[in-house]
Amino acid sequence: MSTTTQAPVFREDPFDVAAIADPYPFLERLRAAGPVSYLEATGSYAISGYEEVYEVLTDFETYSSAGGLGPRDIRKDEAWRPPSILESDPPIHTLMRRALTGVINPGTVRALRGPFTPPAVELTEQLATLQGFDVVKDLAEKYPIRVFPDAVGTPEEGREHLLPYGNMVFNAFGPENYIFQQAFAEADVHTAAVMHACQRESLSENGFGAKIWARVEDGLITEQQATLLVRALLSAGVDTTIFGIGNTLSVLAREPEVWAELRRQPNLAKFAIDEALRLESPFQKFHRTVSVDTELGGVHLPAGTKVLVFLGAANRDPNKWGPDADKFSFDRSSSGHVAFGMGLHQCVGQPIARLEMEIVLQQLLERVETITPAAPAVPIIHNVLRGFESLPVTITAAR
Amino acid sequence: MTITAPIQAPAIIDTVIDAVEHPADGVASLILRRADGSDFPQWAPGSHIDLYLTDELTRQYSLCSPTDDLSTLRVGVLRTPDSRGGSAWVHDQLRAGGELRISAPRNNFPLVDSRKYLFLAGGIGITPIIPMLRAAEAQGKEWTLYYGGRSRDTMAFAQQLEDEFGAQKVRIIAEDESGRLDLQQILGMPRAHMLVYACGPGGMLGAVEDFCMGWPPGALHTERFAADNLGVGGNTEPFEVQLALTGTTLRVETNQTILEAAEEVGVRVLSSCRAGLCGTCETRIISGEAEHRDAALSQADKDAGDVMMVCVSRAAAGCSKLVLEL
Ligand code: HEM
Ligand code: FES
Repeated sequence: MSTTTQAPVFREDPFDVAAIADPYPFLERLRAAGPVSYLEATGSYAISGYEEVYEVLTDFETYSSAGGLGPRDIRKDEAWRPPSILESDPPIHTLMRRALTGVINPGTVRALRGPFTPPAVELTEQLATLQGFDVVKDLAEKYPIRVFPDAVGTPEEGREHLLPYGNMVFNAFGPENYIFQQAFAEADVHTAAVMHACQRESLSENGFGAKIWARVEDGLITEQQATLLVRALLSAGVDTTIFGIGNTLSVLAREPEVWAELRRQPNLAKFAIDEALRLESPFQKFHRTVSVDTELGGVHLPAGTKVLVFLGAANRDPNKWGPDADKFSFDRSSSGHVAFGMGLHQCVGQPIARLEMEIVLQQLLERVETITPAAPAVPIIHNVLRGFESLPVTITAAR
Repeated sequence: MTITAPIQAPAIIDTVIDAVEHPADGVASLILRRADGSDFPQWAPGSHIDLYLTDELTRQYSLCSPTDDLSTLRVGVLRTPDSRGGSAWVHDQLRAGGELRISAPRNNFPLVDSRKYLFLAGGIGITPIIPMLRAAEAQGKEWTLYYGGRSRDTMAFAQQLEDEFGAQKVRIIAEDESGRLDLQQILGMPRAHMLVYACGPGGMLGAVEDFCMGWPPGALHTERFAADNLGVGGNTEPFEVQLALTGTTLRVETNQTILEAAEEVGVRVLSSCRAGLCGTCETRIISGEAEHRDAALSQADKDAGDVMMVCVSRAAAGCSKLVLEL
């Protein structure tokens, strides 16, 4: 009985630098065009309503990942790297996901609180002696790179390639524009270094990497899949968490009352993080490929086309979050946000990311009484991630 | 005509055993009627009742009667060689016409709304699944049941279900005819908008859990049963929870979860599925012992007892107070 209409045509380019630097006015205009619209600039369909984004993420049969998360169908033209867990559908995805979830789950991540805490104490102790610092350069970019590669078990040498490599992987979820080209400037060097770190011989005995390789012995996955899984952790686990920390603090630095409340009740830190991730989602958008003709939000979507899923728009959709969707509200329940995705491909690293963010925030709360922006934050120009290059703050230390 | 349901179902109900049937080798099925002739309280698929067999012997069994006929309740009980003898008592001592005290139905295994369902039953684990099949069918959902057992004569209600719903939807896999359930075949290809409901022995559920790690988080719902017990939670007593960070102490009533009790007094707890599936509400236990009812923690973590899922898990029998990091 539903009536399918022609998709509204949206003429702005979502990968335009202005839309990237200040995404929210853009996303509002996009949502206003309709929850599903046709993007003239890219030839794909934009999905910007919460309900529609949720449907795309949960209906992995209709909206395939095997065509890649970028604008081109990686099955049609030669992809620059073999497909990963993110770029696969069942049943291939199923085996890789089983291997990964068996290794990374609430139980195994809980054990990381011990080793993850001292570096956060050390970093925040130093920062608390200053009058101000740069949240991104001095904290967010320092912390995950100190703890996460150890948890995976990669060698010390070559870790400087992780950030640029992650930058490549994620920028490739957008078009091959100048942002992409910059990210890929030294692609070969970074790729070679990261691929080397993923080999069985490179990984320390107790890390997640070695535990993934152990699933090769029991026949669940192949050696190539093990390499790809470790690579997926290394590429998906660093930038995202750096931006998660930076974005959370970018929000909290503007909420002095919430900061004070959190200092009284640091166990509520995870709620503040959740709401901040809803508002400033690190992973803003990626593609799916329509596998059979279908209909979404009243719009016909032909098989073979790409849809661009705007997590960042869904997380601020007033139909879901109310008229104050654009505001940080500590009282709101932010559960249901899609900053970590939803359904089959929902972030495997979520417990690790949450742990890292909670530890850093709690250590900072303990030592910093007030935190306020010292200068406007400088957004990173990135095809699909939202974060800041620099975020200077002024602080007063706790006594 | 209006029907007013009691706000809170009575905790204990006196019943009379209407009949004892034997739907399969080693399985007794009790049909219970209320002693005062009235209807039983409303219940939903997945619910169980406690049978108060003797002063020391209480056992939980899943309901398998139709939910729209509240004049009787039916449970199926497999005789197992266990020392504590709950099932032996049911088989040897209970006869038609006898009296039996039961608890009001409770549900730890609710059927969550979905477009499609995959049901997996091992042996007597079929019992909670039966009302689910009827609910799914009545709502016109797409569903399939895979029901495994040693041989057809040991598989209660197998023929009846096949007759009722057809062999296309009800796949009976008897080990002596066609081997065990082929879980790779059944679960190797996750489906969108499909939930998996599984009930059976621990070994089967362990394997199902492993396969379902490749399914969307939260797709799998299980009910595990121990040797003689549809392991649906022993302790029904209210208990106290001290919230160490908040500094308050709460009483958690029988019909309440820790999460609900905490939220009622305005304490914030992160939660998502509220059904013991996703692990979001994981909370550290400072002292006391929990009875774990979730599907999120591994058995090793449950045994270690350092954390619990407060959306479903409770204080263990004999532990009157839990101290939690909340
Ligand atoms: C705040 C930090 C993070 C955010 C916002 C985030 C976000 C996401 C999102 C939205 C997806 C879903 C992609 C899709 O549906 O196609 C995803 C998947 C994934 N994430 Fe994360 N992530 C974070 C941290 C991490 C960390 C720390 C790790 C590594 C331990 C990680 C590993 C992965 C992997 C392997 C997948 C692919 C899962 C699959 O395809 O089944 N992520 N992440
Ligand atoms: S909220 Fe999902 S396990 Fe408790």
